Amino acid sequence: MSVVRAERLVNLVLCLLSTRQYLPAESIRKIVPGYKDAPNDEAFFRMFERDKTELRELGIPLETGRNWSFDRVDGYRIARRDYELGDIELEPDEAAAVALAVRLWDSPELTGAAHGALLKLRAAGVDVDQGVPAVVEPKVRTTEPAFGPLLAAVQTGQAVSFDYRRPSPAELRGRTLEPWGVVSWRGRWYVVGHDRDRHAPRCFRLSRIVGDVRLVGRPGTVRRPEEVDLLKFVASSSNEPPETSTVQLWLAKHRAAGLRRRATVVGERELDGEQGDLVELEVLHTDSAASWIAGYGQDAVVLEPDVLRKAVHERLLAVAEAT
Amino acid sequence: MNTSTDRLPRLLALVPYLIARPGIAVDEAANDFGVSAKQLRKDLELLWMCGLPGYGPGDLIDLSFEGDTISVNFDAGMSRPLRLTGSEATALLVALRTLLDAPGVADADAVRRAVAKIEAAAGQAQPAGVAVGLGVREGATTAKAREVVQKALRGNRALRMTYYTASKDEITERTVDPMRMLIVEGRGYLEAWCRRAEGVRLFRMDRIDDVTELDEPAAPPPYAEQTDTTAGLFHPQPDQPVAQLVLSPDARWVSEYYPVEESAELDGGHLRVWMRYADLSWMVRLLLGLGGDAVVEGPADLVSALRERAVRALARYR
Repeated sequence: MSVVRAERLVNLVLCLLSTRQYLPAESIRKIVPGYKDAPNDEAFFRMFERDKTELRELGIPLETGRNWSFDRVDGYRIARRDYELGDIELEPDEAAAVALAVRLWDSPELTGAAHGALLKLRAAGVDVDQGVPAVVEPKVRTTEPAFGPLLAAVQTGQAVSFDYRRPSPAELRGRTLEPWGVVSWRGRWYVVGHDRDRHAPRCFRLSRIVGDVRLVGRPGTVRRPEEVDLLKFVASSSNEPPETSTVQLWLAKHRAAGLRRRATVVGERELDGEQGDLVELEVLHTDSAASWIAGYGQDAVVLEPDVLRKAVHERLLAVAEAT
Repeated sequence: MNTSTDRLPRLLALVPYLIARPGIAVDEAANDFGVSAKQLRKDLELLWMCGLPGYGPGDLIDLSFEGDTISVNFDAGMSRPLRLTGSEATALLVALRTLLDAPGVADADAVRRAVAKIEAAAGQAQPAGVAVGLGVREGATTAKAREVVQKALRGNRALRMTYYTASKDEITERTVDPMRMLIVEGRGYLEAWCRRAEGVRLFRMDRIDDVTELDEPAAPPPYAEQTDTTAGLFHPQPDQPVAQLVLSPDARWVSEYYPVEESAELDGGHLRVWMRYADLSWMVRLLLGLGGDAVVEGPADLVSALRERAVRALARYR
């Protein structure tokens, strides 16, 4: 931004903050330094339109209206109560929490916005020292290219369409969604909204969106139902009911450390002439347990239950056949 | 911070900032705004030319410099910062609420008070449309380990721990100098100087099987640097071998769970990936577990190691 323009914009803000009357564009042109340089009406209005857009993008509440019913054109002013950040004082421990919160994001969009907030808090007199070490530092990262466009669509209330790849059964297909929000759950980002094709609420993992996110229709058309809890929606969709069961394994002596740290040794036994331990292990899902145990090859053998023994056996067979 | 697009917000925040801190040093202010002292002086010179209609000596913003410090004599009506935008309020409040979700955050009460005060000051700029759940699953052993680790971090003490290294499938005893605790992608990590490895390491909290505080101070060497988390926690090394795998739809999660170098879509939802690995035995364990859902195409030593393990294991199921 040029010095001239920056100066003009600051003067414009000060001028509109100081007036109670709505100031029509023509008056602003005469009063605020910088606009007098416009060589003609067209150049002035172009300049003024750009400046108004810039102020609105910064979140400055530019009001338009008329002072009297017989005024022919709208004027502008900024209501101080809408412009100014309310009074805020933070205790040192609260300011430390804010400093830690600002460091949470590893995300171009959210890091920038959090720093913008920090700047304003500091301007309000709050001292936030960002160098203070914390006992725990949570980090939330956004790397998916779809994140920025989806966040913008959520904030402007606009529908989107995108291609989505489902892994199993495998399919790639277009989706049209009225997005209610973006949600990070266990380090993965999802978008939640009303799926126009399914006529139902759905969530989609951002990393599975292929290509560009396209905007559909006008801003301000998406309404999020008030009762929806975005986080619960995602968390409950990704949770399977755990079913724990105890399984019995044979482990070769001093091998399979990863299994041993979760297992209880209940005896000793020889298998194929090799010394080993009999252990018991609590497992959640047969499938994930089978993968975990099969990974240890000849060092871990399932004795029971039979369904798990078969599942491990099948995995080993498949690998032997494919290599 | 980008000076051209961020200049106006900074200009609007500067005067109230200075009013709140009469006589502040230029360097300190520049540091808070994330700009050079030179840039800050340019901003102040610009503000000096701004003011109220009339623009006479009594209408312009009046700043006074005394040596390297600044004070405001007349603010031209710019005494408070601009309110938070919706995105700013969202980014800050969602981050604060996320802290409450982190196991062992020192002062949940302070976080709640900060949220309430910022919400009150932000007024109508209510956050919407962004939610974060760290979703850290913490068993009883891990919770106990975390408490010991956090106490050592606060008291600046070294730790002795029994740690499970998944890549090598081994349990080792280590003495470490704790630096900080991180929560990334739903998992807690201890970042510490490992005296055994002589380097900064990230230890997964759920792989610490036992930990005790030592009666000696934590002393990471001065050149021990914090891990840069912006690009993720794991950075594959160029000298590591690359496995070429074809994943069936049921095994596609591998490409989302582990960093892959490259991937190519195949028919029927299959995916060919190239994935670096530090340890052959780890890769063999992963592939045995995937069974027929992943087919390994190279390198040759991985294929033969995998085959040998599978055949030997099958002998035990006869």
